[in-house]
Amino acid sequence: MDIGIVDLSRLQFAMTVMYHFLFVPLTLGLSIIVAIMETVYVMTNRPIWRQMTKFWATLFGINFVLGVATGITMEFQFGMNWSYYSHYVGDIFGAPLAIEGLMAFFMEATFVGLMFFGWDKLSPVKHMVVTWLVAIGSNFSALWILIANGWMQNPVGAAFNPLTMRMEMTSFFDVVFNPVAQAKFVHTVSAGYVTAAVFVMGVSAWYMLKGRHFELARRSIAVAAAFGLASALSVVILGDESGYETTHNQKMKLAAMEAMWDTEPAPASFTLFGIPDQEARETKYAVHIPWAMGLIGTRSLTGQIEGINQLVEGSEERIKKGIIAYDDLLKIREAKGDVSPEVKAQFEENVGDLGYAYLLMRYVDDPRTATQEQIEQAANDTVPTVWPIFWSFRIMVALGFSFIAVMAYFFFISNWRGMRYPRWALHAAVWIIPTPWIAAELGWFTAEFGRQPWTVDGVLPTALSVSHLSVGDLLITLAGFVALYTVLFIIEMGLMIKFIKKGPYQDVELTQDWQQRHEDRLSGRSSSVTMPAE
Amino acid sequence: MILSELISLDVLRVIWWLLLGVLLIGFALTDGFDLGVGALLPFVGKTDTERRVAINTVGPVWEGNQVWFILGGGAIFAAWPPLYAVSFSGFYLAMFAILAALILRPVAFKYRSKRDGHAWRNGWDWALFVGGAVPALIFGVAVGNVLQGVPFQLNDMLMPLYPGNFFIKFISLLNPFALLAGVVSISMLMMHGAAWLTLKTEGPVQLRARAIGSVAGIVAFVTYILAGVWLAFGIKGYAITSVVPDNGPSNPLFSTVEHGGSWLSAYSDRPWIAIAPILGLLGIALATLGLRAGREGSTLLLSKLGIFGVISSVGLTMFPFILPSSIQPDASLTVWDASSSQQTLFVMLVVTLIFMPLILAYTAWVYKVLWGKVTVEEIESDSHSY
Repeated sequence: MDIGIVDLSRLQFAMTVMYHFLFVPLTLGLSIIVAIMETVYVMTNRPIWRQMTKFWATLFGINFVLGVATGITMEFQFGMNWSYYSHYVGDIFGAPLAIEGLMAFFMEATFVGLMFFGWDKLSPVKHMVVTWLVAIGSNFSALWILIANGWMQNPVGAAFNPLTMRMEMTSFFDVVFNPVAQAKFVHTVSAGYVTAAVFVMGVSAWYMLKGRHFELARRSIAVAAAFGLASALSVVILGDESGYETTHNQKMKLAAMEAMWDTEPAPASFTLFGIPDQEARETKYAVHIPWAMGLIGTRSLTGQIEGINQLVEGSEERIKKGIIAYDDLLKIREAKGDVSPEVKAQFEENVGDLGYAYLLMRYVDDPRTATQEQIEQAANDTVPTVWPIFWSFRIMVALGFSFIAVMAYFFFISNWRGMRYPRWALHAAVWIIPTPWIAAELGWFTAEFGRQPWTVDGVLPTALSVSHLSVGDLLITLAGFVALYTVLFIIEMGLMIKFIKKGPYQDVELTQDWQQRHEDRLSGRSSSVTMPAE
Repeated sequence: MILSELISLDVLRVIWWLLLGVLLIGFALTDGFDLGVGALLPFVGKTDTERRVAINTVGPVWEGNQVWFILGGGAIFAAWPPLYAVSFSGFYLAMFAILAALILRPVAFKYRSKRDGHAWRNGWDWALFVGGAVPALIFGVAVGNVLQGVPFQLNDMLMPLYPGNFFIKFISLLNPFALLAGVVSISMLMMHGAAWLTLKTEGPVQLRARAIGSVAGIVAFVTYILAGVWLAFGIKGYAITSVVPDNGPSNPLFSTVEHGGSWLSAYSDRPWIAIAPILGLLGIALATLGLRAGREGSTLLLSKLGIFGVISSVGLTMFPFILPSSIQPDASLTVWDASSSQQTLFVMLVVTLIFMPLILAYTAWVYKVLWGKVTVEEIESDSHSY
């Protein structure tokens, strides 16, 4: 195991996946907002809603294409850079990825062309159905990807097969209905909806401040605020559910998120602020809220949350059991499965900890020859670096709560104050455009960095998962990705800004004409116009 | 689950081998013409409007077409994890080149006509050309290497290893036989792209597509025969020498493999497979004639037939091998020892049987809605055109 390769592979994966996730949340949310707008158009037949649909769809398209393009990297990268991972868990992990293609991505990608090219070729209702299919496809994509990711956090429905040297699926049902995956799915798509709501709101607010496209902007804010409020609530509630699941399945991650070094008497306190010190295993300047953590994490007054030091002791035990499993594994593989029932029974008893024995492979080739010192080292490796997790989690949560406040405010103004948004609020809406992206990236960082040192929690260490590549390979692809992605990012932002500045350019006359008549009707002047006999 | 026992493992493996073929052929038939149009772009379109006509013939459908490729990757991962693990990391830099091309291509489609300006549009045309030509070439080169065997090993933990310097390994992928296979691939897809353009365009774009496409067809025909002869006399085949473990666990090291003899022995064991190369040659030849004569619909169908024949001929010749190893033949991946578990293969089969007909149905519907020629007037009136 070459640690340089491991770090470079991790760097590349982190970079490409975080870049991919710049585009995904907006796709998830904007597809639905556009579909909602088009539905209003079909129901009311008012041209302004068609114009809104087409305008936001244009921005959706610019964003969507980069989401698709950078998603291909993700699908390839498991095989390219994480070949032992792919071999070891492909039997389970590959299935949701393939189903994503079959069930969701195919639909989304096939209909997105028609969504842009089909305006004159389809009836309004059919076109609306197409737009909804794109939105549903995008969201189903997220479902299967999060089932795959949820399995990495909580590997249920699978068992190790010593003859094929890999995990194999025992229950598809358990993999799909993994509670971690389900909570993560709703949490993640809701975050995407909030992102799109903030985006639509910010761009519209900018138009209002500039005194442009007033009708499009205020209606867009109304849609975004209603949609955004529901989503912001859902993000926080399901985020709490995710945290609750983590209490059971990923105790080390939870302890790291809370910088909880030692088990506290239940109910544990929540650390609001502090500076975690990994070396000394303590959190300096900590500000605690009594009981809060125990209540959130266990939903009880008596449930205990284990601290990092206690979990490390547990890891040491598991490493020792893993070594027994490893020894039996070699015997079983040597005899192609033809071993005594005692060996089989002993293997079955310890196989759940086999992954912990692999942690030793950083220090020795054969885990059975590890010294006590190396076992302790490996047990310490099960603690991720605490401070980045501690802080990214806190910033994400704070942003999450503030989205509820923002959305509630705009929802109130648009429903009870006749959409007369104050200028300061419009300015604020423009400035907060980047924040949902920050929250989303930090959320993913917490989930994935917090899972270290594992790719699949407790099953396969990250260091063992990589491909047998050389530093040269990785430097070439890293440089390639950085160059390509930077150029694409600049181009994408340039186009986004260009089309936002340009504003709605479709159906302009039709909409203005309708607008004129609409205003006349409202001001009562229409009464002087002779209506054709009905 | 007892349900998955309904179909025995060896049958599931053969079904998934066939489905892998379906996906690869589905990719070549649909995304193939997109890649071909990309590779033809600088030659069929001399003016900006002409290029836009060519681009807009694939504009509404390339996204769906590309999913065949994504799905192919996903299906290999789910049904053949060792194949996915060994091939994607073994062809690392080549895969990166394909990846870069496939990232540039969608972006080029979408962004090209969003700004005016000569440099902007020329730059994206270049990206479309590279994004079409490079994958088309590399897919062939990869097949050429697979037929010769790929230099990988598996250790006791079944971890794929690739000894040697990374750069030399990359360069050695570009050996003469593999390059010949690359020429077969790119010329075949250019012919296919030309057949598509013949159907979807008119005027000078169609005339140029027909002229270049028929040359590409002739090249594909000749190089495919050359590659076949080379394979018969110059390339050693692989054979399983131990008991065929058709229902055994997916562990390649449990069987022994010999690197020797000829791949073409498959044709004496199973003479019926000769139909694949015959269909390949027939399809290419008739599509070439169709391009010369200017027949529209039938040419595209014949071109599809040719591609179907060529790709199936490779699979059928190699069966049961899917990825032989040149340096540790025993590690070679075959249909019998490189699949997923029975449970996974069964579940994935059920899912595929549900969704594949749906996919085919809605894809057909979308093509029907978009039926007809792409014209200059249409592009200039539609604000969403590429």
